Amino acid sequence: MSTHDHNHDHDDHAPTREDDDLELTEGEARFLALKSLLIEGGVMTADEIRARMEFNERGSPHQAARMIARAWLDPDYKARMLADTKAAAAELGIEATEAALVTIENTPERHNMVVCTLCSCYPRSLLGEPPAFYVSKAYRSRAVREPRKVLREFGVEIPDAVDIAVHDSNADLRYVIMPMRPAGTEGLNEEELAALIARDSVVGCALPVAPA
Amino acid sequence: MRSKHEYGKYSNPERVIMSETTPSYAVGDRVRILDIGKPGHVRTPTYVRHKIGTIERFCGMFENPEDKAYGRWGLPPIPLYRVQLKQGDIWPDYDGGPGDVLEIEIYDHWLAPAGEATR
Repeated sequence: MSTHDHNHDHDDHAPTREDDDLELTEGEARFLALKSLLIEGGVMTADEIRARMEFNERGSPHQAARMIARAWLDPDYKARMLADTKAAAAELGIEATEAALVTIENTPERHNMVVCTLCSCYPRSLLGEPPAFYVSKAYRSRAVREPRKVLREFGVEIPDAVDIAVHDSNADLRYVIMPMRPAGTEGLNEEELAALIARDSVVGCALPVAPA
Repeated sequence: MRSKHEYGKYSNPERVIMSETTPSYAVGDRVRILDIGKPGHVRTPTYVRHKIGTIERFCGMFENPEDKAYGRWGLPPIPLYRVQLKQGDIWPDYDGGPGDVLEIEIYDHWLAPAGEATR
């Protein structure tokens, strides 16, 4: 931005991560060596490598939010998204490169949540990098064991009459949870609806709320 | 954004291979998840081994990740299913509703019909 008009104290400029001046890990050293060789050998250019890294990191929760908002407004689109999520993404110009992408719909009878107990499998090409909690061992072990308690810690209270289905994303499928459209959003357009759909609601750890 | 075509030489996003092979299990079949004692990059977590569930869906044929993790091709592709288990059948002291379930992806060779002897 051209003017320094954002609202914060300059103490906020303290680094949010430890400075990256540690020794290279073995993997980082191997990556840099391989990258130099590929460039020197004329196999690919530095710009192609950069572009590919940007392509790999293009995912964003907003992409899924757009799809869900469209599905809330258009029952035909919703049916297509539930039948073939990758094709439904492509309809909106979103390129998901996961091998197989599945949408699971929350209903008044069943709430759904996703965990990968074995590592942190996540539809990165659609949603970007997973939230830190999703990768934590605490979430990965507890989500399958005591999902109601975990959800309560997120502020999500699921009534006893509603079943919970936990989906372990342990192998080849990747999951998107389609939350229910909240009451009080009748007049909203697609963009306004998409803004209500938080990242965590797409893994089932939050619920969209109508604007006050 | 670049098209998939331009990246084709670096990636294979269409790695799901549909096969003519008929899957061994149908939706609704009762199955037992095995402990086949295989070490390494296996995708069947310990907490569901020896448990009984129901086939929720057939997911398609996938290259075997247990081989792909070690530089092999993982071919021929193997059937993958989603198995639904009642939480109360996994955790005897489960603290939630009787309708709460867990759904998990299990490859064909980790399954047996629920009636058969366990491994």
